[in-house]
Amino acid sequence: MNALKKLFGGNTRQFGMIFALVALIIFFQIATDGRTLTPGNVINLFNGNSYILILAIGMVLVIIAGHIDLSVGSVAAFVGVCVALFIRDWGIPWYLGVLMGLLLGVLIGAWQGFWTAYVGIPAFIVTLSGMLIFRGANQFVGKSNTIPVPGDYQYIGSGYLPEIGPSTGYNNLTLLLGLAAVTFVVFSEIRSRRNAKALGAEVPEAWVSVVKLVLICGAILYATYLFATGRPGTSFPIPGLILAVLVIVYGFISSKTVIGRHIYAVGGNRHAAELSGVQSKKVNFLVMMNMSILAGLAGMIFVGRSTASGPFDGVGWELDAIAAVFIGGAAVTGGVGTVIGSIVGGLVMAVLNNGLQLLGVGADLTQIIKGLVLLIAVAFDVYNKTQGKKSIIGLMFKNFGRSSEMKADETTSTKEVISRGA
Amino acid sequence: MTSLNTHSDPVILEMRSITKEFPGVKALAEVNLRVKAGEIHAICGENGAGKSTLMKVLSGVYPFGSYTGDIVYQSEVQEFKDIRASEHAGIVIIHQELALIPELSIMENIFLGNEPTKRGVIDWAEARIRSTELLARVGLREDPETPIKEIGVGKQQLVEIAKALNKSVKLLILDEPTAALNESDSQHLLDLMLGLKGRGITSIIISHKLNEIEQIADSITIIRDGKSIETLNVKADGVDEDRIIKGMVGRTLESRFPDHEPKIGEVFFEVKNWNVGHPQVQDRMVCKNSNFFVRRGEIVGFAGLMGAGRTELARSVFGRSYGRFLSGQVYLDGKEVELKSVRQAIDAGLGYVTEDRKMLGLNLLDDIKATTVSANLRKVSKHNVIDANKVFTVAEQYRKSLRTKAPSVEEGVAKLSGGNQQKVVLAKWMFTDPELLILDEPTRGIDVGAKYEIYGIIQQLANQGKGVIVISSELPELLGLSDRIYTIFEGAITGVLNKDEASQENLMKLMTSARKTA
Repeated sequence: MNALKKLFGGNTRQFGMIFALVALIIFFQIATDGRTLTPGNVINLFNGNSYILILAIGMVLVIIAGHIDLSVGSVAAFVGVCVALFIRDWGIPWYLGVLMGLLLGVLIGAWQGFWTAYVGIPAFIVTLSGMLIFRGANQFVGKSNTIPVPGDYQYIGSGYLPEIGPSTGYNNLTLLLGLAAVTFVVFSEIRSRRNAKALGAEVPEAWVSVVKLVLICGAILYATYLFATGRPGTSFPIPGLILAVLVIVYGFISSKTVIGRHIYAVGGNRHAAELSGVQSKKVNFLVMMNMSILAGLAGMIFVGRSTASGPFDGVGWELDAIAAVFIGGAAVTGGVGTVIGSIVGGLVMAVLNNGLQLLGVGADLTQIIKGLVLLIAVAFDVYNKTQGKKSIIGLMFKNFGRSSEMKADETTSTKEVISRGA
Repeated sequence: MTSLNTHSDPVILEMRSITKEFPGVKALAEVNLRVKAGEIHAICGENGAGKSTLMKVLSGVYPFGSYTGDIVYQSEVQEFKDIRASEHAGIVIIHQELALIPELSIMENIFLGNEPTKRGVIDWAEARIRSTELLARVGLREDPETPIKEIGVGKQQLVEIAKALNKSVKLLILDEPTAALNESDSQHLLDLMLGLKGRGITSIIISHKLNEIEQIADSITIIRDGKSIETLNVKADGVDEDRIIKGMVGRTLESRFPDHEPKIGEVFFEVKNWNVGHPQVQDRMVCKNSNFFVRRGEIVGFAGLMGAGRTELARSVFGRSYGRFLSGQVYLDGKEVELKSVRQAIDAGLGYVTEDRKMLGLNLLDDIKATTVSANLRKVSKHNVIDANKVFTVAEQYRKSLRTKAPSVEEGVAKLSGGNQQKVVLAKWMFTDPELLILDEPTRGIDVGAKYEIYGIIQQLANQGKGVIVISSELPELLGLSDRIYTIFEGAITGVLNKDEASQENLMKLMTSARKTA
């Protein structure tokens, strides 16, 4: 247990999800006779889910801050149709269209953020209303028609890294990307070890770092191999690239910047945050606004992928994104969650979806299974929290762990206080 | 047992050597309480003496088995396992925070959980008739269908009593019933209690307002540090306020404070004509024309009973984080400043450590290092990017200098003991490098050893030339720590005493009565 904990930085919940994801992939790989981990299927999986994962990034911040956003599917559809119309009717180039789409996301986000943060209406209500408003707006401006987008615009939704350089039999850019990722992972591990040593903090044993690096780099290189060896003309997809950039940027913002800390602080205990000088209204406003911008982006990517905007784009996306975030370990009460966890949560759902499809399971059963997975994942979390234990994995290994908890000398337990505050 | 009161005054309740322990704390030690049938019995003691704990034992909030000792009620040993059981026996407790549902009507609240039914359907006609009767008995002239939120706190208190009467109460317990009431509402409530006494209902009242107790109580039991000290008979013993105070504070002041030689400079922080309204209730004031100042290197105490307005004053000064600001000025180094938000207050050099550590002071999901830097992220970040190494170094530094007991600064604050949590909160505010640090009940829920260390930290801050305000309900703490003490009563500052002229008795007097000296 301790060794596992060291490997995954003590975050057993996150480890549990990664473990589940790997187990799922292996299960489907065997059950489908190897049809899961083929270049074509993996590329497909990324292409077909990148917009949900982008929404999950925004959604986890919203949920950490203690809110929810039900409008993302409608906002995505509305932005998508507007961009399609701008390009068709005004003849503007695709990049200007994307820019205007993002701007539209800013405006919509400001609208929802205003009601949530400054008027104080619960985000559930504000975004439920937004869900209706922007779905209606999508169908109003698009007259419920399908509006096609030109080929160069479709690149952002269905393009691949181009073939350049010498012919190696692989896609060179994808290879470079994979190598860059491996280098980054190795260097950051070395740096964090050096830092820990300099500060006198606990430095994990060398074998821990080595095993960790081998596992992560192995996974990256295998994925690189899959992406680089697809059928001609395919390689690492552009939506995947956008997603990767967003994961890095938002992962950084949420864990390493002042505004990121403020989001966790407001979600964890708004009163304490305010008494520490955090402007909680501003934080709530920005979080809601950011969600709508990302929803706009997801909508634009989807339009690019499906070559046209339609009146029923994005229906049900909010639920997929919210499910991803909760499977990824976020708490309904706010203050808890990570970007990377939500991506893993989203991938669990995506792999499940894809695997069941490959197995020929119908949409009806797939939905039932997905629903149960969501329920069980969160139920485990809730159960373990009420038991004062850590997580699924913590539960499995509870007899091996060593409790270092200190006794509180107060009459009210933390749990009581939390439940009173909720 | 004395034979004096066996015939004329039968004893309705006797609590015999009640002991109640919480992990690490003995809240009650061998407490005895004898209440005669038909009397009004007051329980007095300082905050934290164990009054409320005793009442929770009696009413079954702490069930039988979680304490030792016997509860003899109506000549039988009782084993209440929850509030329902004690209510069934006719013991009803009315808490300080009223347990009414604001959206429901008076009638619905009175019958909540006890609805009159006819074949399983609520009989509203019956409920209406009975609630009209009950309201007449408590002297409340309101339509029973009025929602609770539309009547004032005083009337709500009466509804609570009507609810108790509906449960055919024999022993009514009121915990600080007049704390939130104005004078005329208080008087009405006290009259009602005397009226209930006339109808044979026994009452136990917990109150800090000694003048009220003197007015209505037949006997008084004094509790101090979890022990029952004495029971006074008001008429026979000729008890007055001074006598009660003497019983309440009668312990000697031990040397529980580190030695400290104050180095007091000139006045640098001053608040003038400070008026603040209650955040919800329109015409209620929480700070009435308050004036105070702090010198450099000075530890200033704020004494007052719970609900007197100490916290409200502190928080309203700290970036108007409480109440509706009405008027007043804040001067820093002789210059008037406007502190309209917490951010401005922190930037101006103020810090406020809250009395409610878990609800207002900490994000229990965070670890030590994140908490330590949370009020001053700017100092550990560059271009808004937080330097994780700096965070670690800073937190580690405070962990060592304040001697916080934790395996590492990565430990979650929820796992720490109260004393160590408080050290982390202190570290968080020390890291903002404040000129004036306001500490609200800095040692609440903290064991003796940690208290001593925290006193040392407070004195160190003063030695560095900073001003410190300490708000505390424990008078010995204020007397041991402060260079000067302001007393607050019902939102107004009623006096200020220098260290050498302050004593528990004269402080208590200023804290419990409207301004006599200034």
